[in-house]
Amino acid sequence: MNIVVCIKQVPDTTVVKIDPVKHTLIREGVPSIMNPDDKGGLELALQLKEQCGANVTVITMGPPQADAILREAFAMGADKAILLTDRAFAGADTLATSRALAGALKVLDYDLVITGRQAIDGDTAQVGPEMAEHLELPQVSYVIGLEKKGENKYVVKKETEEGYELLEVEGPVLLTVLATAYKARYMTVGGIIDAYNKEVEIWPASKIKVDPADLGLNGSPTKVKKAYPKDTKAAGQVYEVDTEQAVDVIINKMKEKFII
Amino acid sequence: MDFELTKPQKLFQQMIREFAEKEVKPLAAEVDEEEKFPVENIQKMAKLGIFGIPTPKEYGGAGGDHVMYTIAVEELSRVCATTGVVVSAHTSLCEDAILDNGTEEQKKKYLPKLASGEWLGAFGLTEPNAGTDASAQQTMAVEDGDYYVLNGTKIFITNAGYAHVYVIATMTDKSKGNHGITTFIVEEGTPGFSIGKKEQKMGIRGSATCELIFENCRIPKENMLGKLGGGFAIAMKTLDGGRIGIAAQALGIAQGAMDETVKYCMERRQFGRTLSQFQNTQFQLADLQTRIEASRFLVRSAAWKKDKGMKFSTDAAMAKLFAAETAMDTTTKAVQFHGGYGYTREYPVERMMRDAKITEIYEGTSEVQRMVIAAQLFKK
Repeated sequence: MNIVVCIKQVPDTTVVKIDPVKHTLIREGVPSIMNPDDKGGLELALQLKEQCGANVTVITMGPPQADAILREAFAMGADKAILLTDRAFAGADTLATSRALAGALKVLDYDLVITGRQAIDGDTAQVGPEMAEHLELPQVSYVIGLEKKGENKYVVKKETEEGYELLEVEGPVLLTVLATAYKARYMTVGGIIDAYNKEVEIWPASKIKVDPADLGLNGSPTKVKKAYPKDTKAAGQVYEVDTEQAVDVIINKMKEKFII
Repeated sequence: MDFELTKPQKLFQQMIREFAEKEVKPLAAEVDEEEKFPVENIQKMAKLGIFGIPTPKEYGGAGGDHVMYTIAVEELSRVCATTGVVVSAHTSLCEDAILDNGTEEQKKKYLPKLASGEWLGAFGLTEPNAGTDASAQQTMAVEDGDYYVLNGTKIFITNAGYAHVYVIATMTDKSKGNHGITTFIVEEGTPGFSIGKKEQKMGIRGSATCELIFENCRIPKENMLGKLGGGFAIAMKTLDGGRIGIAAQALGIAQGAMDETVKYCMERRQFGRTLSQFQNTQFQLADLQTRIEASRFLVRSAAWKKDKGMKFSTDAAMAKLFAAETAMDTTTKAVQFHGGYGYTREYPVERMMRDAKITEIYEGTSEVQRMVIAAQLFKK
């Protein structure tokens, strides 16, 4: 079985601060990490590899520095790594990104494509589903569980707002995975040493099946008008009351705000 | 000259720091309070290859280096000094001793299981009457056919009771002094070998520190490590390596105490200001962090020299001396900055202060390190 996992290098937004004057992200000194949901996706792939044998390829689109997360993926147990890097990819929104990644998948053999649900920098959750559309694959998003049922068949657990759904799917299929469901393994020491002896394949735009006009800034219909931090909420009001009274307070407040 | 860690070393640091924060730190207070050997985390570390970092791949190790090993001990000790010393004693005092001095058969027999963490390792040199004066060994090994028969007692042995493989120094010929000392590899369960009293310690309380008792314990000749009479040199060389590990442990403790103090000083307000806004705080912490960073360079430089096959004995002594004293000062001041809270077990700095003290004592006291450094100065 061939599994391709799409991963992204993101700034660790848990330590990102916002410039109080310019209202932009202060990226200086912020470590770059493998996007958590993508790492969860890689964990799912590696579990499948352990259970039934699989060849796990990781792929990322990004600048040359994105090499770091591919080495990390090697150290966790990935077999092959591809870095899509080319000036032509620069400035891509989710659509252009998904086209580039789908273009790369068109030249790869795969039975299963896994992405993270969303990246912690953009939080769009669009790239995975868009790739499935470009590749005309069935897709299950918000995956929190998977059971392999014979050759190329899976029962997939999908998280919903109310609970979860169990879906039966046939591969090839694209899944977008939640980090909370798949706690990523640590890299091993031997894996780390080997990671730098392995080759990361560098793929330029010419290597993938895609219309060059669909790539980068030119292929991106999304234009950012303005970026600004969310206003901080006012401090909450504390009521020190017993449970009975608390219920009344909450109900009255909700009525006041027309929530109920 | 390059002061930067290599890419694999950096990636390793990222991994071990995350492991230490997520797996080791939450248990550190319990490990100390209950004198609990951290078995669960040892199993997790074994799976990741942390017990065989510098051991070559051909013997089942990760094929890393001693710089990575010091990073491991530093990061683990930053949150739990007990966990740090388990790795340090195992790697430097047992695994490296066998790697550097063992026959091919011994390496093949012991290293893969030590490197995988299936077996823990320990080292026995200290005796009730042979501490700093290690040459006063009283544990006797007497030749008897294909065996040596061991009789005697070792004390203060780290990892005792949990280890499977022990490198033991013995006296095979008292008339020859240091040249009468021979080391053997002794396995757990060998008849005549038993674990004695477990020490109740001030710090590193989760680490198992026990007495080893040998009563007519028969060790096959093929378990002799190195040559007959070569044990003192092996013990000294092994301790040189061990000192790099303990220096890394001290460095980790110091950095951990600094992390806690910086956090506390930014939160704690007195006289309308945070402690971090007082110049006294800033100056004291700046001095300590400078010493911590200097310790880090000494530790890594000694490890790097060992990896390059260069002489590192004096470097290791300097690293251990400086890092241990820095750890003691930093943790003592960390408690002072925390005030009354620092004296309670609600905050980890009192534990760190208790843990720091041992780094000035074991694997050669600070006085011994000074003797080693001075001997190099006055060498003709």
